Amino acid sequence: MTQATQHSSRPGAGSSEPLLSVRDLRVTFQRQGEEEFHAVDGVSFDVRPGQTVGLVGESGCGKSVTSLAIMGLLPGRGNRVSGSAIFDGEDLLTLSPSAMRDRRGSEIAMIFQDPLSSLNPVISIGRQVTEVMERHQGLSRKQATPKAADLLERVGIPDPKARLLNYPHQLSGGMRQRALIAMALACNPRLLIADEPTTALDVTIQAQILALLKELVVDTGTALVMITHDLGVVAGLCDEVNVLYGGKVVERGGRHGLFRDPRHPYTVGLLNSIPRLDAARGDKLSPVPGSVADNLPWTAACAFAPRCSNAIDPCTAETPQWEGDQVVGFRCFNPMGGTR
Amino acid sequence: MDDNTGPSRRPTLGDRRKERIDALATAGTVVDEPGKSLLRSAWERLRRDPVFLVGAAITLVFVVLAIISPWIAPWDVTANPLIDKVRPQSNPVPGPEPGHLLGADDRGRDLFSRLLVGSRQTLVVGVFATLLGLLGGITLGALAGAIGGFVDTVVMRIVDVMLSFPALLLAFTIASLAREPSQWTLIIAIATTQVPIFARLLRGSMLAQRSSDHVLAARSLGVRPRAIVFRHMLPNAMGPVIVQATLSLATAIIEAAALSFLGLGNPDQRQPEWGQMLGLAQRYISEAPHLAFYPAGCIIVVALGFTLMGESLREALDPKSRR
Ligand SMILES: Nc1ncnc2c1ncn2[C@@H]1O[C@H](COP(=O)(O)OP(=O)(O)OP(=O)(O)O)[C@@H](O)[C@H]1O
Ligand code: SF4
Ligand SMILES: [Mg+2]
Repeated sequence: MTQATQHSSRPGAGSSEPLLSVRDLRVTFQRQGEEEFHAVDGVSFDVRPGQTVGLVGESGCGKSVTSLAIMGLLPGRGNRVSGSAIFDGEDLLTLSPSAMRDRRGSEIAMIFQDPLSSLNPVISIGRQVTEVMERHQGLSRKQATPKAADLLERVGIPDPKARLLNYPHQLSGGMRQRALIAMALACNPRLLIADEPTTALDVTIQAQILALLKELVVDTGTALVMITHDLGVVAGLCDEVNVLYGGKVVERGGRHGLFRDPRHPYTVGLLNSIPRLDAARGDKLSPVPGSVADNLPWTAACAFAPRCSNAIDPCTAETPQWEGDQVVGFRCFNPMGGTR
Repeated sequence: MDDNTGPSRRPTLGDRRKERIDALATAGTVVDEPGKSLLRSAWERLRRDPVFLVGAAITLVFVVLAIISPWIAPWDVTANPLIDKVRPQSNPVPGPEPGHLLGADDRGRDLFSRLLVGSRQTLVVGVFATLLGLLGGITLGALAGAIGGFVDTVVMRIVDVMLSFPALLLAFTIASLAREPSQWTLIIAIATTQVPIFARLLRGSMLAQRSSDHVLAARSLGVRPRAIVFRHMLPNAMGPVIVQATLSLATAIIEAAALSFLGLGNPDQRQPEWGQMLGLAQRYISEAPHLAFYPAGCIIVVALGFTLMGESLREALDPKSRR
């Protein structure tokens, strides 16, 4: 019996062709006078139409860099990107900048962590929403304005006509994030990447925004890549979860399988640390003792070894290989529940 | 931004000017808690700041007077009603008398009227020099900040060289290149000294904008580069430039006065100007010091007004200077 079949639910397995297929994505930062830094170190995952896929891991594991690389939004200099990200038959990583610009906002859109700083402070909300539609759908501002009001209504902003005239600072945090979601969904993208969309919000608002996202992706059939450091978010939302550590996927599984039967020690650590509602907002999460600063290089070890309670001899001598497939699997010499 | 300030070397004039500019460049682009732009909360603080209010009051009075002066001045500035009282040997500068509040100058022209109307030239030179400086500085700074790379390097080298000259010396050099001095040579000379300040400032705040979250968000929606620069970067980068423009008005006024005092301003006495009046007063400095005192006082008060206003704006914008 292979490792993979241990997980009972195989989410979306073989249900359809992947919409986005990321293979061996690597992003290396090179600053003058500094050593090369592999922020993303061979990440592969698939997203199928209508599916919600989670990328989970603590701060600095490469979640944002992964999403920015797929979107073609990394700063032009000082980094090297390799691998592929096939979206609808085209490799996004090799598209020309202008072709990529045409896809962004219309085919693929993104929501960011901090809704206030992600909105332009000197332009009205309405203008920012219509800008996307003018850009991709060739509408005039006049034609786009009623559509913008409809959009704001759809994302749950009360009195949308009046809100169109507001500036970002006049909205509450939750309303701002709703406005950003409206902008991202303005042109009905097929893929939405949400990079910690609730981290900057109050706990009660977090739940509302997550519910809204879920509702929207179900309604529209949009595929969603959900980036978070919080497995609690993943539990309610994602069909498939990728746990990232030090730029590599260390475990992948369906939501149920992963939660019931986690194999990688780091996943277990994350599961034990799902924040309770009483945790103060903004608490820095350190799910596992130690920090990413202790990481070993993946080249001849398991990066997680210094923090791992399961570590055995090979962990500091060899790179653990991926055991499994594109649906379930893990990367560990001494997984929980034994090697079976 | 520039790393040529070694720890062992004493900062030069140029370094200190650059530092000041860069501090302002980053200040205007920060977002303040809770949910207000820094500019907005700065404005709320300013409205209650006595320093700002005094500066703004002086500036307002000056600007209004400068605009309406030709209509309220009691005498024509070219007429010489007191010429009969001028005695080159015993009484070269007639004193005050009814109808002539401050007396007359050495040609019997009403001093009060000339001072009043002189504010016009000062305002015109200050405003046009600053506008021209803004135009040049914004163009260069926006180019450097928006295009980056090679263009940025070239523009910033030129700007830094210009900044390393003391402003007055630079203005003096440029003004003396002109075949004959006029109001416009004065304006161009002073504008030139403003260009590198605005350029470096705008370039700095454009760079801060380029790496900002909202520009990234706009790019993630496929917004075109031109719209990114003109709609998302420039308007947000302009705050510090506007603050600097008020400070620049003060320095432009002082520099204009200094240059015309040195004979590089508009020599046409039918258009009085404070620096020019100050220059003409030199000959009588021992017999009639008030002739120098009044225009000098005007220059100081007006420059003070702009400086108070500009400095309190700068302070309100700089997060480091606040509790
Ligand atoms: N422009 C850059 N230049 C150099 N290093 C970078 C750059 N951007 C990110 N990194 C590094 O890449 C690593 C991964 O960063 P990333 O932003 O993807 O983390 P993350 O998983 O999104 O964390 P967080 O939860 O804090 O958002 C970090 O160690 C970061 O320091
Ligand atoms: S490979 Fe070794 S060190 Fe790494 S997670 Fe597995 S047991 Fe721990
Ligand atoms: Mg991140």
